[in-house]
Amino acid sequence: MSIRIAQIDKTYGRTRALEPIDLDIHDGELIGLLGPSGSGKTTLLRIVAGLEQADGGTIHFGERDVTHVHVRERRIGFVFQHYALFRHMSVFDNVAFGLHALPRAQRPSSGEIRTRVMQLLEMVKLSDFAARYPAQLSGGQQQRVALARALALKPDVLLLDEPFGALDAKVRQELRRWLRHLHEELHFTSLFVTHDQEEALELSDRVVVMSNGRVEQIATPDVLYRQPANRFVFEFLGEVNRLEGDVEDELLTCGNARVAVPEVGDGRHELLLRPHEIRLAEHANDRAHLPVTVTAIVPVGAEVRLELEADWLGEPWQAAVSHADFDRLAITRGKRLFAIPSQLHRFDTARPQTLAPSF
Amino acid sequence: MIASTLRMGRQRRVLPGFGLSLGVSLTFISLILLLPLTSLVGQLAQLSASQYWFLITDPRIVASYGVTLMAAVIAALFNAVFGLLMAWVLVRYEFPGKRLVDALMDLPFALPTAVAGVTLATLYSSSGWVGQLLEPLGISVAYTWVGIALAMAFTSIPFVVRTVQPVLEDLPAEVDEAAITLGAKDAHAFRRVILPHLWPALVTGTGLAFVRSLGEFGAVIFIAGGKPYETEITSLMIFVKLQEYDYAGASAVASIVLATSLALLLAINLWQGRFIKRLHGGRG
Amino acid sequence: MVRIGDAPRVKRLLIGIALALTALFLVLPLVAIFAQALMRGIDVYWHNLSDSYTVAAIGLTLLVTLLTVPVNLIFGVFLAWLVTRFEFPGRRLLQTLIDIPFAVSPVVAGLVYLLLYGRNGWLGGWLDSHDIQIMFAWPGIVLATIFVTCPFVARELIPLMQAQGAREEEAAVTLGASGWTIFRRVTLPKIRHALLYGVILTNARAVGEFGAVSVVAGAIRGQTNTLPLQVEQLYQDYNTVGAFTSASLLALLALLTLAAKAALEWRAARRETAT
Repeated sequence: MSIRIAQIDKTYGRTRALEPIDLDIHDGELIGLLGPSGSGKTTLLRIVAGLEQADGGTIHFGERDVTHVHVRERRIGFVFQHYALFRHMSVFDNVAFGLHALPRAQRPSSGEIRTRVMQLLEMVKLSDFAARYPAQLSGGQQQRVALARALALKPDVLLLDEPFGALDAKVRQELRRWLRHLHEELHFTSLFVTHDQEEALELSDRVVVMSNGRVEQIATPDVLYRQPANRFVFEFLGEVNRLEGDVEDELLTCGNARVAVPEVGDGRHELLLRPHEIRLAEHANDRAHLPVTVTAIVPVGAEVRLELEADWLGEPWQAAVSHADFDRLAITRGKRLFAIPSQLHRFDTARPQTLAPSF
Repeated sequence: MIASTLRMGRQRRVLPGFGLSLGVSLTFISLILLLPLTSLVGQLAQLSASQYWFLITDPRIVASYGVTLMAAVIAALFNAVFGLLMAWVLVRYEFPGKRLVDALMDLPFALPTAVAGVTLATLYSSSGWVGQLLEPLGISVAYTWVGIALAMAFTSIPFVVRTVQPVLEDLPAEVDEAAITLGAKDAHAFRRVILPHLWPALVTGTGLAFVRSLGEFGAVIFIAGGKPYETEITSLMIFVKLQEYDYAGASAVASIVLATSLALLLAINLWQGRFIKRLHGGRG
Repeated sequence: MVRIGDAPRVKRLLIGIALALTALFLVLPLVAIFAQALMRGIDVYWHNLSDSYTVAAIGLTLLVTLLTVPVNLIFGVFLAWLVTRFEFPGRRLLQTLIDIPFAVSPVVAGLVYLLLYGRNGWLGGWLDSHDIQIMFAWPGIVLATIFVTCPFVARELIPLMQAQGAREEEAAVTLGASGWTIFRRVTLPKIRHALLYGVILTNARAVGEFGAVSVVAGAIRGQTNTLPLQVEQLYQDYNTVGAFTSASLLALLALLTLAAKAALEWRAARRETAT
């Protein structure tokens, strides 16, 4: 079922929680709402659910206008941040709750309910836990019960509020992959909220980046990372290093550091680059002279993270180099090297600009 | 036990004042609580079993048990409903005067029971403000068990409200929302989701209100009227026996009242402990 | 926000019932007390109030309260310190014992004191021979009142001190503070409100205790009548206006208690939202 959000806005007292927002979600899409706290992402999700009422705008599920439909009749499944399982009910009763709550005429027989619930528990791999109480389950298991409960009524859309927020890193990874597969298998339309960019990029077909109640960019993870619409998106999606200096004749100078910046006009400019966009070398080349000192070394997985300091830098840079480069350059703390950017990003123009000169 | 207690304390105590606070507490509890209570045991020890049985099964006393129990049950049930309603309204809704109503809930604890007693007796007597409205309807409250239940209910109002209120306040909004997103109607969601959360507090509060009602004296005697076999409560019987210098009889009946209250209090605590354990993952 | 029972119709109905019942069961009695007391006008009210027996009853009530509150305050603080700052066998038992006065019928409370100190009681004979009178005199009233009100301060302090833990006191010990300094400078500021609240409750109950006191007082007019006993006696004498005059004083005190409690809670809530 597709979702069409048109001109939805919301104000709490004097705070504008949502500027008028438009968003089209296709049938079967998995969409991540990404943003820092206070960006309005949860408000938007709750408005789609019907848990909050928008001040203006419309929401359609397919052709059905649900703007004024009560949450009870909206046919949504909602997975709460802390799952909100009913702790006095067994896993089975939790999943069966929605079916039992149906009006008598629509309610399946208790045999049918039983079959349906066991199917769902099978799907979330919790068949053996039907008689347990929520307090006896791990966080990941509770999360799966919450999902089974939300899917029991075959909702038109599935909404998830920070679905993995309360879990530790490893369980989170597993669950993410599992949810991705489940989504591909069942093909429901879903919308989830997260503040974790990795989660959003890994899980979503498209990501909606939000800040201050506005949509900053809607794009596939790939496009989002490569072509951020603005500085906020760029900064929010990963670590950022800053370089500020005076440009004259397409050369940026900052203390004793110099770097060629093609197509940048004269004046003071700020350029940004990601840790993996920094290469380290023993010598400067004719287009980049950026002397740095290694002050911290943190090996993380496939790469080594380095902290770089220099007189001409306000705050230290973060760089990521491969283990091969790390060994080749024999990097130790205190080692003096030269940074060579592979790309520089510029957001002070009307349209963001990526400088990829051949250094 | 005290010696070993002292030794244990000394071994790991970091903070000062263990000996002093233990000394003060034990002295106080012994002198103020335990010594007087042992005097009751001492008094009872002078009675033979058959004498004791005779005293506690006197028909007039037995009738008072019935009156007290029935009125206390009704008062507790009334408070279960009224307390739940008040807690719900005070936590979930906003309305003008809410803070005042909230503060008023504690009035029965702050108002001396004798004052409550004479006031209720005056209000509900056949010439009182409320009594004269009820009389044409054939309802008499003063000098009947209805009045006793009313007085008991009044003095124990805060128990249910004040035990349920904090639990309801702490109930996350998500619980409501989860039930609603699953399509549950108000009544269904309240019965199946909200009420089970409130249940331990509700039962505890009702239980405490019941225990309090069983022992209530000041508020009840004025409205009860003291008709033998009909409107005499057990506390009053103890009082009457004392006025007749029948210490043995008073003690025998008091022991029944005391044992019942303590047993109930213990039962409430045990039950509460077990219930809480289940919700927080004991079972299995 | 969507919540259970937030449909306007349901809301109005429930608030309506709640307010009606509150008016009937709580407001009406309160109004009745003052209406009855002032039935014959303010002059009669003053006259009743300055009646010598009433004045004596006020005096005795004040005396009982002034003795009871400090005793229970000190005991409550020591007991709370003991059970929340130390682990020792019998700790739970001690906490259970302190609840007894809540469960015991006040008449039974009076009775056990009568059995202990009365003429035929265990200590009564000895006291009698030394010409010390406890029963049917003010010391008995004070003792019975202490019994009935002893849990209040401790019950307010224990959960709070348990939740606060002993970290700060332990820090003070490592800094070399003495016991009294720790209590005064570290603990007391943290428990001030609970302590005050406990005192307010103790005070309200001490002033108003009826059942226990009526057993041990013997109701000698002008000597062993506290205000609640005075209310009873005047009421039994069919002096309704007189009874409600004394009752109105007690009701006024109850209202002050409620106001003080609400103010304390309001301040606590405001501080919570401020941080």
